[in-house]
Amino acid sequence: MTYAVNGAQVDATPEPGQCLRTFLRDAGHVEVKKGCDSGDCGACSVLVDGKAVHSCITPAQRAAGREVTTAAGLGSDGLTQVQESLADHAGFQCGFCTPGMAVTASALTPQDLDDPEAFAKRMRGNLCRCTGYRPIREALTHGICGSGEGCGGCARTLERGAAATTEEAAGVGASVVHSAKDRVVAGREPFTFDEMPADTVHLSVVGSPHAHARIVAIDASAALAMDGVLAVLTHEDAPDVLYSTGRHQHRTDDPDDTRMLDSVVRFIGQRVAVVIAETKRLADLAASAVVVDYEVLPHVLDPEAARAPGSPLLHPKRTPADRVADASRNVVASVHEATGDVEAALAESAATTDGTWSTSRVSHAQLETHGAIAWVADDGRLTVRTSSQVPFLVRDELARVLGWDADRVRVFTARVGGGFGGKQEMFCEDIVALAALAVGRPVAYEMTREEEFTRTSVRHPMRVRVRAGAGSDGRLTALHVDVLSDTGAYGNHAVGVMFHGCHESIAVYRAPVKRLDAEAVYTNNIPSGAFRGYGLGQVIFAIESAMDELALDLGIDPYEMRRLNAVRPGDPFIVAGAPDEDLKFGSFGLDECLDMARDELAGPDDVPAPEGWAVGEGMAASMIATLPPRGHVAVASISVGADGMFHARSGTAEFGNGTTTVHTQIVAEVFGVPRSRVRLTHADTDAVKHDTGAFGSTGIVVAGKALHAACVELREALLASAGHVATDSPVDWGALIPGVDASHRRGDEAWAESFLDQRERSVAFNVQAFRVAVRPDTGEVRILRSVQTADAGVVMNPQQCRGQIEGGVAQGIGSALYEEVMIDERGAVANPAFRQYRVPQMADVPLTHVRFATTSDDLGPYGAKSMSESPYNPVAPALANAIRRAVGVRPMSIPMSRDRVWRMLQA
Amino acid sequence: MDLAGVRTMRTASTREDLALAPGETFMAGATWLYSEPQPGLTGLVDLAGLGWDELELTAAGDLRIGAMATIGDLAAWARLSELPAAPLMHQCAESLLASFKVQAAATVGGNIAKSYAAGAMIALAATLDGVAEVWRADGSIADVAVADIPADNGASHLGHGDVIHAVTVPAAALAARTAHRRIALAQNGRSGALLTGRRDADGSCVLVITAATRVPVVLRYPQVPTADAVVADARSAPGYYTDPLGTADWRRGVSATLLAEVAEELA
Repeated sequence: MTYAVNGAQVDATPEPGQCLRTFLRDAGHVEVKKGCDSGDCGACSVLVDGKAVHSCITPAQRAAGREVTTAAGLGSDGLTQVQESLADHAGFQCGFCTPGMAVTASALTPQDLDDPEAFAKRMRGNLCRCTGYRPIREALTHGICGSGEGCGGCARTLERGAAATTEEAAGVGASVVHSAKDRVVAGREPFTFDEMPADTVHLSVVGSPHAHARIVAIDASAALAMDGVLAVLTHEDAPDVLYSTGRHQHRTDDPDDTRMLDSVVRFIGQRVAVVIAETKRLADLAASAVVVDYEVLPHVLDPEAARAPGSPLLHPKRTPADRVADASRNVVASVHEATGDVEAALAESAATTDGTWSTSRVSHAQLETHGAIAWVADDGRLTVRTSSQVPFLVRDELARVLGWDADRVRVFTARVGGGFGGKQEMFCEDIVALAALAVGRPVAYEMTREEEFTRTSVRHPMRVRVRAGAGSDGRLTALHVDVLSDTGAYGNHAVGVMFHGCHESIAVYRAPVKRLDAEAVYTNNIPSGAFRGYGLGQVIFAIESAMDELALDLGIDPYEMRRLNAVRPGDPFIVAGAPDEDLKFGSFGLDECLDMARDELAGPDDVPAPEGWAVGEGMAASMIATLPPRGHVAVASISVGADGMFHARSGTAEFGNGTTTVHTQIVAEVFGVPRSRVRLTHADTDAVKHDTGAFGSTGIVVAGKALHAACVELREALLASAGHVATDSPVDWGALIPGVDASHRRGDEAWAESFLDQRERSVAFNVQAFRVAVRPDTGEVRILRSVQTADAGVVMNPQQCRGQIEGGVAQGIGSALYEEVMIDERGAVANPAFRQYRVPQMADVPLTHVRFATTSDDLGPYGAKSMSESPYNPVAPALANAIRRAVGVRPMSIPMSRDRVWRMLQA
Repeated sequence: MDLAGVRTMRTASTREDLALAPGETFMAGATWLYSEPQPGLTGLVDLAGLGWDELELTAAGDLRIGAMATIGDLAAWARLSELPAAPLMHQCAESLLASFKVQAAATVGGNIAKSYAAGAMIALAATLDGVAEVWRADGSIADVAVADIPADNGASHLGHGDVIHAVTVPAAALAARTAHRRIALAQNGRSGALLTGRRDADGSCVLVITAATRVPVVLRYPQVPTADAVVADARSAPGYYTDPLGTADWRRGVSATLLAEVAEELA
């Protein structure tokens, strides 16, 4: 058959049942992305004879003889207006959804812009998980309008020209966009699976149909008999080594409770065996031909039942030496501490509150699914290209599990299509490495969206009871928090999420008496894992709801309630035991955030309240430590050659967080050079000695700080050399570099490296406020105005930082109103697809007014603080408090979906 | 997604070609078919070769919609039509979770044959007394009210090998005034309840509940009923169900509220 793709002829015959998406990718058009493979997310959108379609649900045969246009071919000469606009208005973060956005928007007309609501409806087939849609909507509006005159954004050509001249001023504090922006919007910037070694073969997983079972026998003969099937691996082939998929700087932070392939399975979907075959399609077919005989074991899905006597036990052999606190009660981690007598303090309080709040499982829903490709490179090293936030930690653990030296393993990432904590794990690299070593060929394992929902991790669901008391003056007298966290079948991040969840959420408030009881418990559910906010959001939802109750009871303004009780410089940080020793006030912006949020919420409604709906305002505050505790390591280096080109190296990954943009800004700032003269190598275990990874919002405050230190060191070495060389502007680098002292020279380049193990931590604050309208007889909640104020320290890239906040608020709104990974009575995920799991669409996310406090931090580079996870944390309680104040009834669980709000108001 | 088990694809161009071999199924717009794994499926019979995509008014003023007409084409046709019932056509198209890109491929016949509770083409046809011409696998042809085709959420009364050829909407219904409400757990998510209605020239009224119930609930009244009567009828209707897109009690409650609004608009 003959196809015309972007004007070029393609002669190929698709397989029966093949969709256009894989056909195009096989033909090299990797700009066509896979987000869901079910027609829900739009990342694979292409034009067929000018009509936009989802190529994943288009039979490839239907496009034969037609003109197919992908994002890379939209513009006849470079980029289209819409693409330029997406690039210039920062209409992407990770950029994985962007090519599909551009293709879809190319089918729209200026008439589609007339009604914003109708426009959002037109775009309902395109999901973005990073941005919160505001910049996309803005970019598309400008790009589609594109008249060259009229609205300001359409003067894009002028902007593009101007950008070139202001390149010199693209240092710290400038709102610059990632240098790969033009490639991203055309789909030309490669993600994990956009480049593969020749001869790569594919892996498919046989998943458990039982929540708890022992594997009696596996018959792979039928699968192995299929032509093109290379191997079937089972627990008999896997190393008998226990580890955790969760990755931290200290591997002992997580329990050793997981085997790569185990003889006991503990949740529905857990991998039982893997099939490696010449094609993905063949591997899928062969996987369905593997026959497994199970001995079904009793299972437990409810965390309260799981820790009660008589419950089935998931990991009975694990001990505290494996970092499992009490395997006989399914308890992975536990803390019980108090600073005084809560009962006595509550009895003497003017106002008290007592409630139990619960949160649901949430899927990260980053558009690029997990996946990795492993092969043995020519140098003999096991090499893994993966979609990870933590390549160095994966390298170290992979080597340990395989029994290899770490220096014989290389792990790297390309651009990563979103993370949100879900890629602080080793879900693919282990098995794909084992498979590559078994078959002696490169092996790829790209998860499906269904696997993403059933075989990776979700946000820990928590049940949080809060009892709190306050005096008539509003000052807290006692705070008791009791947390039950469901970690699912494995303990990856169980410990860290529980402790962190109960840390800054409680330490933010001063109370003379505090008590904490918390446990993280195994159940036969899909494992929970790291998720943006790392437990804080769940506990903050409960505590901030309780604070609102006390404020209502006492008739105190909710902003004043926080101001009265929050810690401030000079106060110790106390959870319910001894004060923290590594946390300090590098700056303090809470007061400013509270004032700005109240002022900003007083502005007009962005969306009018429908007649007859109940209207209310609510707010919540949150605190976060600027990095994880007990050390976060970054090594960074910078070099400059005779051509004046700078080459920065750091370990941290780019998955939409904008870290690499800021890193190039730091180099540009320190040396006073344009960003176009800065090259960055990152997220590769070959680039630097070590990097803990991009989690805990550390890409700037740790890796950026390390790079800054290296740059300062190199600048000083260069300046010292300049003292010996007659230099006129422009700098003659060829003359300058030989004069640099030997310790700062490598070959023909001047060079400096910095090692940072950041242990001291500061705190950052966020305040979210909403005005909402609620329709009692349907349960609909409409956000009329949304405000977030952020204590980010010095903002190194305002546009990007605003984007992190908007994206965090959008994800927060998703968790608060829409999203829930549901579990059926057997323990299976009941809604493993985007059509059933409601990631917010453009129509679901309101404009959020973002304002920054004017703080400057003592610890962060240039006074900056982290601002990636934290904007998410106050969103759910602020919405709950607004709904409570609108309707007079308090929501006790999230998501506050329409059916729940409706039911709550039926009583 | 790729359908791993499919080994054959053939295009039907005659009625004889519609005889299904074991493991085969019909492919219309393919938008649902390719959106989920299809275990056991080994062959596809493409209906695109049959044409069947007409959108035409007959001499009697009925609207004949070929089963292979896309939902997008029907909505576009309706936007240009001055028929009183035309707005309901694009309202129903817009009630789908499916984006305009999916609607460009998804067919009216496929939406009905799949018989999902939230299948908005079923709501449309049920409200307008649409009748499907079904080509039975045994060679016969039967006219079946579209409202009677769904057997459950995602299951139909069509037999294996039966195919919908066209749907006819009678002229009288096209002349009716219509009203529409919908709600989902997210603004543009898959419908949790879809409430539609029409009022004929003689004052009689049809109110329809779909998406909230497993099969369409068609309520007929000699004149537009009072809000209280609608609420009572909606609450006592059978078939409300729970799934990840909404719970049965909520579907029942919001159906009553919004169906009363439909009736009020028609009054």
